[in-house]
Amino acid sequence: MTDADRPSPEAFLRAAAQEGRGRLKIFLGAAPGVGKTWEMLTDGRHRREAGVDVVVGVVETHGRRETEALVAGHEIIPRREVDHQGHGLGEMNIDAILERHPQLVLVDELAHTNAPGSRHPKRYQDVEELLDAGIDVYSTLNIQHVESLNDVVASFTRIRVRETVPDSILENAEIEVVDIPPDELIERLRDGKVYIPQEATRALGHFFSKSNLTALRELALRHAAQAVDAQMLEHVRSHALAGSFAVGERIVVAVSELPVAAELVRAGKRLADALKAPWTAVHIETRRSQSMTAGDRRQLADTLALASRLGASTASVPAASVVEGLRSFAADARATQIVIGKSTRPWWFEVRHGSVVDQLVRTIDDVAIHVLPGEPEIARRQPASVSMPGRWGKPAHYLWSFALVAVMTALGRVLLEAIDLGNISLLYLVPVMFAAATFGLRAGLFAGLASSLAYNFFFLPPTGTLSVNNPENVVSILVLLGVAVVTSQFAARVRAQADLAQSSARQNAALATFSRQLTAAADRDALMQAICAEVGRLLDVHSVLLLPSADGPVVRAAVPPEDRLGQIERAAAQWAIDNAQPAGRGSATLTASDWLFHPLQTTRGVLGVLGLTRDDAGEPVRSDQVPLLMSLLDQASIALDRMELEEASLHARQADERDRLRSALLSSVSHDLRTPLTTILSAAQEMRRDPSPAMAATIEAEARRLNRFVSNLLDMVRVEAGALAMKAEATDLFDAAASAAHDTRASLAGHEVKVDISPNIPLVRVDPVLLHHCLINLLDNAGRYADPDTPIVIRARRTADAILLSVIDQGPGIAPGNEKRVFETFTRLEGGDRAKHGTGLGLAIVKGFAEAMGLAVEAGNNPDPHGACFTISIPETLIIAPVDDKEIP
Amino acid sequence: MKVRHKVLIVDDELHIRRLIHAALARSDYAIVEAENAREAIDRLQSERPDITLLDLGLPDRDGLELVPLFKQRSDTTLIVISARDATDEKVAALDLGADDYLTKPFDTDELLARVRVALRNRLTRDGGNLALAVGDVAIDLVARTVTKRGREVHLTPKEYAVLAQLARFPGRVITHKQIMAEVWPREHEHHVEYLRVLVRTLRQKIEADPQQPQIICNELGIGYRLRGNVDTPGGESGSDGSRA
Repeated sequence: MTDADRPSPEAFLRAAAQEGRGRLKIFLGAAPGVGKTWEMLTDGRHRREAGVDVVVGVVETHGRRETEALVAGHEIIPRREVDHQGHGLGEMNIDAILERHPQLVLVDELAHTNAPGSRHPKRYQDVEELLDAGIDVYSTLNIQHVESLNDVVASFTRIRVRETVPDSILENAEIEVVDIPPDELIERLRDGKVYIPQEATRALGHFFSKSNLTALRELALRHAAQAVDAQMLEHVRSHALAGSFAVGERIVVAVSELPVAAELVRAGKRLADALKAPWTAVHIETRRSQSMTAGDRRQLADTLALASRLGASTASVPAASVVEGLRSFAADARATQIVIGKSTRPWWFEVRHGSVVDQLVRTIDDVAIHVLPGEPEIARRQPASVSMPGRWGKPAHYLWSFALVAVMTALGRVLLEAIDLGNISLLYLVPVMFAAATFGLRAGLFAGLASSLAYNFFFLPPTGTLSVNNPENVVSILVLLGVAVVTSQFAARVRAQADLAQSSARQNAALATFSRQLTAAADRDALMQAICAEVGRLLDVHSVLLLPSADGPVVRAAVPPEDRLGQIERAAAQWAIDNAQPAGRGSATLTASDWLFHPLQTTRGVLGVLGLTRDDAGEPVRSDQVPLLMSLLDQASIALDRMELEEASLHARQADERDRLRSALLSSVSHDLRTPLTTILSAAQEMRRDPSPAMAATIEAEARRLNRFVSNLLDMVRVEAGALAMKAEATDLFDAAASAAHDTRASLAGHEVKVDISPNIPLVRVDPVLLHHCLINLLDNAGRYADPDTPIVIRARRTADAILLSVIDQGPGIAPGNEKRVFETFTRLEGGDRAKHGTGLGLAIVKGFAEAMGLAVEAGNNPDPHGACFTISIPETLIIAPVDDKEIP
Repeated sequence: MKVRHKVLIVDDELHIRRLIHAALARSDYAIVEAENAREAIDRLQSERPDITLLDLGLPDRDGLELVPLFKQRSDTTLIVISARDATDEKVAALDLGADDYLTKPFDTDELLARVRVALRNRLTRDGGNLALAVGDVAIDLVARTVTKRGREVHLTPKEYAVLAQLARFPGRVITHKQIMAEVWPREHEHHVEYLRVLVRTLRQKIEADPQQPQIICNELGIGYRLRGNVDTPGGESGSDGSRA
């Protein structure tokens, strides 16, 4: 037993306290009707059948047949009669049970309130007593009766349950969740299979809505999963709950650009730690965010970076309002807790616009909302003299408005003969609404003012003056101005939403492209290059990616290529790595650096830094790009992390493969070396007595065989040791085929080698020497097995996504089922009755070399003429796009 | 009148020296031996051999270091012999100035053929012989023409440059780097694919069967060699025996 599995002293104490005490098992359900009682009775029956002494303390069958049948099998302790308001059923007779003292008693409805005059007011207290007496108890409970969840349940079911059971009872109990899908439960309810007390029918009808049931069910599962250990989870799982349930807490921290947001982030972190929950810091971008100052944006970026450092994922979500955005984000993230700061706005602002916190509390159900005190507003750096050209609009807008008013006035004069004076004022709605909708509030008001003046001057008696006789006409003027205000407000809101939607669509598209590009990267270098290229493109900056090393940060990718960074830049990069915080221009540290370095970090630490700069010596990242940059950094870090882990696991697999080969090799080497050596030795001794050319030929042949074996052995050792010095270069398959045919001509006596390669086959990027060894081993193998005097063909074909290079012989071929085995070390397949000489390494080398070059090799049979066919497939990635000889510089 | 050419054998293995000695003696060469680098440098200066067969694995110095040294201090033709079959080393030796290489174990026939090629190149290298014929292809390095069965073959300037470079040292390996350096500007030095494509078109123009080239021979991962029955007009004729 290791220290880790040894129980702690506290555990011993608890166990001692439990000693002699009965065990409680609670069948926990989301709602009445899920089958808790049935489950409890069934379980009880199993125990009885297993020889346990089981009695029924109290079970409400509600007249259901199946339940009654189950109860019937058990011994029932008669109830204690209590006459109370006509309920003649009686309470559980605890004294009778204590006297009977069974091993296990079944007690339905743990949350039940006993009739007045009983020993304990609550049934769970009876159960406690039974447990103290050393009797095991099975009981049933609905989730809404758990004390700590009572409020939560009431908040969404609008039914407050009065009968509650303290959480401590559950903490010491084994809990089994009895679960059925809400649809099924609703169906059972419709079929009348669920007992509901008469007086509660209407209330419960509301209670059994699907959304309530779903929420209750999740609550039950979550509570169970938290309250108990892995064994419990296993149990829930074994009850085959559909889908993967999101069980557990998720925390969302809403951050703003205020400095106080950092406090919120830290609070979120504490909460997340306490609940062992994943958490997210989110900033809701509203219209107001667009008017943030550069300082605000930096503050916001710092806060998000802080959250990221503390282990949160971060997000920036555009939305029409903070409440709206937070609500939809919390729903998407399935948040269970929201942390938000108390508003720092003045009270009159909240009276007018409503408090975010109030609105949140009103609109979000089933989520705990933590409100932290905000600091008094620290002298909001309202830019004092910022001119706002956008607000006043262009002079042309006013000219247009004025012209329209003039046109309407002229039109009114003409129509005055035909229509009533009061209706003339309606004409002015046209310019007012047009100006307000198109040019904004101020132009709208201007049009309204101009309209009312014109109306007053030209139409209202006394015409030609600006005085007003009739109070009714004052109303017309006010209406015109009011219309201007309302219309412009509506139009502005629509415009703002469209802008927001557009900018969020742009940002989402950018992020989607980014992650697509990152996914497409084949290896780490390609990935880093892609990160630089994409960040550079999206933010319009120069970018460089550095990884930490023993000698300081090393540039691994850059766009445009940039392999020199100054001393200061290196120091800034190093600082960013060491401190996991941005450094360089535009940050708080080492601002003399031309580059701004952001750390790429995950939970494993800082993987590297991304450096950004611009040609024009401005801030590397515009303040409105900061949220996008944060998302990009997040994604880049995750992609880099994933790639590193993938590569590490690949290396581990390769190491295993090498170990396997090495042992196979050593076990067979001695045999293959000693056979030719024995022949040479005895032939040489023979020659000493009788020099003959035949003996000399034998020695030569065996020596060649030995030489081939040794070189194959060396090759194999290189494959195993991973010491293949790959030198891929543009290779012409004609050369490869011709050299291989040339080098094997001695051992292939009796076989003609035919080269069948289409003349326009593209060049391929492989190691020519390794490919050569593959081909000579394949030819050698073919020569050994092919029928005498048949040709051996080297064929290359271009397919849609590869070049297939095959060596084809005419002979017995490969026995079915051996297609893979032939490539194993020291496999030699007997085909026919001829003795096959060979080292048994050749095909293993072919495979090892081919795979080292990233090629696949496959054995099969050729139907006509019959024979073996070995195919090396060269994938698209290694095929060099045809170089037109006219394009050669 | 027959001149006896002098060959220096540098190898630390007595058996190998004895074997090469026997093979060369049959062909009537004068032979000098050295068993380490120090001795080899001595002999090189005192004996002035025409050809040096240098084993790279010497006890006192790395053979690769000796290659440039030998080329500086003498005009001997250097054939490197090595049991190391790594292509990198062959390329390094050739780029450092070695004239040819052989890998152990080798056929003595092939060794003799290489020595003959080396000797012929010594005879022709001082501009004495600027025209040659390989099979039915004739290359005239002065007139800058190439003919196949008497008909002129039209080559692009680059194709001609590559072929001429190979033809200047028939039978000898020219590394990719050497060819690229001579024919392409520096920035294309690593684009071996250009050379490959060019050799392919060149073969289509001059080879009888471009699929089984007999004139421009590929040396795996190292370079190209002009091979075949090299007839030097006006010189001795016959098979060089190499790889034909």
